[in-house]
Amino acid sequence: MRIPLSALIGLVMTGAFVLAALFAPWIAPYPIDAAVGKVWEGPSQQFWLGTDTIGRDILSRLIYGGSVTIFVALVSSLLSFGMGAFFGFLAATRGGWIDTGLSRLVDLMMAVPSLIVALVVLSVLPLNLTVLILVMGVLDSTRVFRLSRAVAADIAVMDYVEAAKLRGERQGWIIFREILPNAMSPLVAEFGMRFIFAVLFISTLSFLGLGIQPPLSDWGGMVRENKDGLVYGKAAALMPALAIAVLAISVNLVADWILQRTSSLKGGRGG
Amino acid sequence: MSSELNHLLSLASAGKMSRREFVGRAGALGVSTAVAGTMLSTAVFADTPVKGGLLRAGMQGGESTNTLDPALAASDVPFMINSTWGETLVDVELNGTLGLRVAEEVSSNADATQWMFKIRKGVEYHNGATLTAEDVVATLKRHTDDKAQSGAQGIVKGITDMKAEGDMVTLTLAAGNADLPFLMADYHLIIQPGGGVDNPAAGIGSGAYKVVEHEPGVRTAFEKHANYWDSSRGHADQVEILTINDNTARTAAIQAGQIHLMNRIDPKIVELLKGNSDVAIERAAGPGHYVFIMRCNAAPFDNNDLRMALKMSVNRQEMVDKILGGMGSRGNDFPINAAYPLFDDSIPQRELDAAAAADFYKKSGHDGSPILLQVAPGAFPGAVEAAQLFQASANAAGIPLQVKLEPDDGYWSNVWNVAPFCASYWGGRPVQDQMYSTAYLSTAEWNDTAFKDAHFDEVMIAARGELDPAKRKGMYSEMANILRDNGGLICPMFNDWVEGRRNEVGGWIANPAGTLMNGKALSMCWLNA
Amino acid sequence: MHPIIKLVVQRIALGLLLLLAVSVVIFLGVEMLPGDTAQAILGQSATAESLANLRESLGLNQNAPTRYFKWLGHALQGDLGKALTNQQDIAHAIGQRLGNTLFLAVCAGVIAVPLAIALGLIAARYNGRWPDKVISGVTLATISLPEFVAAYFVIYLLTQVIPILQPVSMVFPGMGFFEKLHAVALPVIVLVMVVLAHMMRMTRAAILNVMQSAYIETAELKGLSPMQVIWRHALPNAVAPIISVVVINLAYLVVGVVVVEVVFSYNALGQYLVDHVAKRDLPVVQAVGIIFAAVYIGLNILADLIGIIANPRLRHPK
Repeated sequence: MRIPLSALIGLVMTGAFVLAALFAPWIAPYPIDAAVGKVWEGPSQQFWLGTDTIGRDILSRLIYGGSVTIFVALVSSLLSFGMGAFFGFLAATRGGWIDTGLSRLVDLMMAVPSLIVALVVLSVLPLNLTVLILVMGVLDSTRVFRLSRAVAADIAVMDYVEAAKLRGERQGWIIFREILPNAMSPLVAEFGMRFIFAVLFISTLSFLGLGIQPPLSDWGGMVRENKDGLVYGKAAALMPALAIAVLAISVNLVADWILQRTSSLKGGRGG
Repeated sequence: MSSELNHLLSLASAGKMSRREFVGRAGALGVSTAVAGTMLSTAVFADTPVKGGLLRAGMQGGESTNTLDPALAASDVPFMINSTWGETLVDVELNGTLGLRVAEEVSSNADATQWMFKIRKGVEYHNGATLTAEDVVATLKRHTDDKAQSGAQGIVKGITDMKAEGDMVTLTLAAGNADLPFLMADYHLIIQPGGGVDNPAAGIGSGAYKVVEHEPGVRTAFEKHANYWDSSRGHADQVEILTINDNTARTAAIQAGQIHLMNRIDPKIVELLKGNSDVAIERAAGPGHYVFIMRCNAAPFDNNDLRMALKMSVNRQEMVDKILGGMGSRGNDFPINAAYPLFDDSIPQRELDAAAAADFYKKSGHDGSPILLQVAPGAFPGAVEAAQLFQASANAAGIPLQVKLEPDDGYWSNVWNVAPFCASYWGGRPVQDQMYSTAYLSTAEWNDTAFKDAHFDEVMIAARGELDPAKRKGMYSEMANILRDNGGLICPMFNDWVEGRRNEVGGWIANPAGTLMNGKALSMCWLNA
Repeated sequence: MHPIIKLVVQRIALGLLLLLAVSVVIFLGVEMLPGDTAQAILGQSATAESLANLRESLGLNQNAPTRYFKWLGHALQGDLGKALTNQQDIAHAIGQRLGNTLFLAVCAGVIAVPLAIALGLIAARYNGRWPDKVISGVTLATISLPEFVAAYFVIYLLTQVIPILQPVSMVFPGMGFFEKLHAVALPVIVLVMVVLAHMMRMTRAAILNVMQSAYIETAELKGLSPMQVIWRHALPNAVAPIISVVVINLAYLVVGVVVVEVVFSYNALGQYLVDHVAKRDLPVVQAVGIIFAAVYIGLNILADLIGIIANPRLRHPK
């Protein structure tokens, strides 16, 4: 198997982020909460990426914040895909009242403003990472459901699926063997997007108060902490934004590669 | 004043020299930046007002839920809007003295239990009616009676009787209060026709401008009230207040000339904004302060040694530098600073002392479990960062302080005045008595530190009726010391007002009593062509 | 009746029921939140007495079901009532702000949707080559920026460096069409940046997914140019995923742009909802919530419909 250069770059970068996140305490030059410099210092020998709004080292905070950012975004995206895709496929293949029930339930969930949902969760449930991941996963799964159902509805009426049904294959077999491989490409592309949205969503929820507790901060939250200097040439907010952008591009490079492989899995040309 | 300085001043006030240039060259003559700025403002004020034009202020602190009812005003934008269309009996002028507005004379009996306000003749409302003493009484009654829904209800409670006779309003108090006139300057107590009983949110008052259009949380447009009584105010033909809650957008708007005045410049960008030759930064040291409050009746804060340990472990200078960008001063764990009359500046400044903090902590016998400090981004600007600085310095002294981030939503009802230890702010009051009786009297409605000290209460009540300033000052000093060494208040910093004015705006006079010249910037400033 | 018309009627009827359900959920949700309107209005200056007075005059003393059914009764007759916080007529305030919301969403959507699909088609056509990489890289970079950073970036660029636009975008009745366009230019640019990548990436992926099919090979053998193949044969078969993502982004443009509204002080529904949720102002939250819900439900019906019409096998079910 030959890995194209772009995918390799993506894999290496994604890997580097994950490793840095895992070994944060050993790599980070400063503790996460120590105000070691002046406010918004520029990059220097001492502080490679400069200091933040109260003089903490940005590089160290990025490294520590990376683990929680990537972990929460990844787990919640996996959750939303697991739930969204499964129920979406189920609705499309079964049709009838299962389809109607699930689809209208999703309509209802999308229709209630997420601000209200988040605030209710805040007031009722304890605040910890599990709750944060669950909220993000469940809210996002509605979007995945819509996409999966639409894609699967097209596939479910294909001759080969009809044939499988006539053969008397089980529901699970049809979903996993017939529909999933053919729906893979749009889903992988969507995953690349959802992951990035999740990274940004953490900071929105943290801002509402449902999320990461200080001194730890996710990358989006770090952008927010330092945003006021942005227009006046203080680059502190750009560092975490850049980290998010590099992560976004890396993850999507990998997604592109998977997408190429899945679309050729179906036995077309060049497979 | 040297003749050269005079010359520079006249150049600058005539607009022939930029403010920045003036401050720079005055600095070369040995005049500090702050003094030079004040000189220039005064010189500009001495300038002739220019009539006409549209003067715009862009402000933070407005919501689409706001109303024009002065009783319900709670944030900066409604405060400014109401101050522009309405007037109070008296107001607080720049040096903390009383200014006469609707009242043209204020007097009292010997023990300050009865106060007389003579109502100015010929003050006209926007609807053409004339303002009467009956309106004044009706207004005060609306804010005090049992059905009242007013933010001023607590303030005017001590009044037992109100009477209107001719052009005279007489207020009788249960106990003497030498500061009563200052209470009448409260921004809720705008005089409305018939007291505003029928339609409190009509927006009809006797101010320099009348409301033409009002979209809450967006824009309020005014035009000049033709029959306004005071010819020294109301220079622009039209004024507007735009709600621009985002810091960066508001600053960009004043730089682009879309607005002429703005409140709340983020102190951190002041240095960066100084490069702009169109915008002057107006700074005024006021009574507002950012605080961490411990409830003295809740464990573990019921132990004064623990309270002292926490007070000793705050790095105040670092907070002033990093949270306020230097635009403020260190607090001393009582809510009063030099902005108040009768302030005792001889009380020693409390400093960070990790060793003393550790001693106090040990003495308190605390079990070492985490001490939670609850904080939300909206508690005050930079609250979460300040709490983290506090955490770092306390941890360094061996105190297990831990920050817990709370949602902004519902913070003032669920956390403030409820949680044992949280972040908050106070805007300050015009006089010491009002500040202390609002939050530190045992029975105070907003005693957010649950501080109860019988001796403290006694001194406060006595000071109220004390008419000799020297004696009063001594009593206030004693109260400050009690609070500083026994109270639940940790007051690390007083925040200056930091506001923006485009250079073409004339007539600015710094007034630390409130935002944008205590709400009067639009009424008192003008646009130089 | 034609099955599709029957379906639409069914879905709209279900949609109305859903709206009712949404109103119940929102009501219960806001009721569960700590604090009430009286407390929120008086804030730091609340006293026990003034709270009680305000509660009584706002009618908050009645129990929850009474208040809900009172609201429902009025709402069904088209009377949305008055805001608890400032007694503003809700229908009037919402009318204005809904117009502004739709204006912004339409401006952004009209630019973003065709642009995203075109870029997606180009990226698919040049799959793996430099146009694909440039388009993907740039659009990915723009969505990785939180909205407010993108907003500050355009403010800096277009009001300070090249001062051709204004940072405050509020619009008022009486402004001309072009005046309004000029006012909303900055938020429109930001929103286009934010939604572009998602739709573009999905277009690209969906096209690539069908490019492996046998009928595409046939079309290529017929001698059609690659762009013709994509346009005539691949796109119609890739409509379902593209449309569902387009709809999600359109819904976002109407419902989810509060951050952009705040930065540019744009007076639309998002900020209005957030302010009133903070004050627990139920009648307003209900009204805006129902509008937002109707947008989602309506757009979802539209998406499903287009998906069915685009696919002959779904159009004529056996």
